[in-house]
Amino acid sequence: MHKFANPAQFNRLADRILPWAKAILAATLLYGLYLALFDSPPDRQQGESVRIMYVHVPAAWMAMFCYMVVAGASFTEIVWRHPLALLAGKAAAPIGATFTALALITGALWGKPTWGTYWQWDGRMTSVLVLFFLYLGYMAIWRSMDEEEKAGRAASILALVGVINIPIIKFSVEWWNTLHQPASVFRLDGPTIDGNMLWPLFTMAIAFKAYFVIVFLYRMKLEINRRKISVLRMSQVNG
Amino acid sequence: MSTSLSGIFFGVIKRDIRLAWSQGGTGTMALSFFLIAVTLFPFGVGPEPQVLARIAPGVIWVVALLACLISLDRLYQADFEDGSLDDLALSPLGLTGVAAAKIAAHWISTVLPLVVASPLLGILMNLPEEAYGTMVFSLLLGTPALSLIGSMGAALTVSVRRGGVLLSLLVLPLYVPTLIFAVGAVDASAGHVDASQPLALLGASSLLALAIGPFVSAQALRLSLE
Repeated sequence: MHKFANPAQFNRLADRILPWAKAILAATLLYGLYLALFDSPPDRQQGESVRIMYVHVPAAWMAMFCYMVVAGASFTEIVWRHPLALLAGKAAAPIGATFTALALITGALWGKPTWGTYWQWDGRMTSVLVLFFLYLGYMAIWRSMDEEEKAGRAASILALVGVINIPIIKFSVEWWNTLHQPASVFRLDGPTIDGNMLWPLFTMAIAFKAYFVIVFLYRMKLEINRRKISVLRMSQVNG
Repeated sequence: MSTSLSGIFFGVIKRDIRLAWSQGGTGTMALSFFLIAVTLFPFGVGPEPQVLARIAPGVIWVVALLACLISLDRLYQADFEDGSLDDLALSPLGLTGVAAAKIAAHWISTVLPLVVASPLLGILMNLPEEAYGTMVFSLLLGTPALSLIGSMGAALTVSVRRGGVLLSLLVLPLYVPTLIFAVGAVDASAGHVDASQPLALLGASSLLALAIGPFVSAQALRLSLE
């Protein structure tokens, strides 16, 4: 695992992945949007507004996925002090916060025509809102201390404590009798959603993931370069 | 002074309780805040008895939670600044034990008075009679979680100047489940419904907080002591 702890090696790996991720993003986003907006049927009850699903659901998946990346990076940092883990968490958190906000906003816009309300304090919405606050807290700790490594490790501890929220989000729709519908894609007995809608949904999910990979890698490279510059500056001052 | 582990443990607790109730301590401040903040609500929403009765459990719990929160930012900070935390860290208790003692002291000195005062506020807020027992019980059962979770936030922000705002940003989201279960229990009693299920969940959140609180607090303190 420490093979890619070398920043130069990591940068080379990132440069090799990036063009592929960009190609996948372009292809799946265009194809997915075409499927989602034109080549998928409107819902029998919801009509055209069901198309919000193709943004809302992948965004919500990514909101949780990014948190697991942050938590995984935090765990790696706390246990093995891997040099790139701190940076990975720092790089992933704002992306996750943005996806969470996107899921909340698209959810509100979807809720208005179908449920008749922008917001309801049901288990799923409340727990996703808490997820958003956890991202904000994580990022706030990072900025609170002068010593970067200390701040990062404090943020990592918070991220690990916050992991408890992830199963709450996942099972909130089963534990509480809520307005939000239960899971319809990842179920033991197979998806209850029609293939005509499942296919564009997965295409969009891949596009979102490719987007994450691209932004994540660029943010990692940025952090590495920023550190390089500060080390150079320090050596100039001391030199 | 006794050097046995329990001697040190209770010594830290005694010391912290005395500090909390000495001049400038947080004990009196949190209690006064609790009393004053709750009395704002009848002015804010109007004094209709039915309205007050409806919101009483939520208001009392939310204000108790905030009173607990404002007393937390000095939980470790004073000791960190004057160096006594370094001393305590070297004691045979270990940082986890020290954190547990300080959390216990915080609960006894700052939160327990709020629980004792809560029936008085129940009268002011026109809380339905059948809900008093559950309210006091839910506070006894749920507020340890507030001290324990808050301790993790206080430990993470111990070296941050003016960390109070950051502390609330970290801790408040983690308080949400405790608040939901507690108010659910009091509301159930007020509506003559069995409250044992939310009370069980409330107890579970306190136990979970007890399992991780002192340990995580110690890990976080260690960062700043390094």
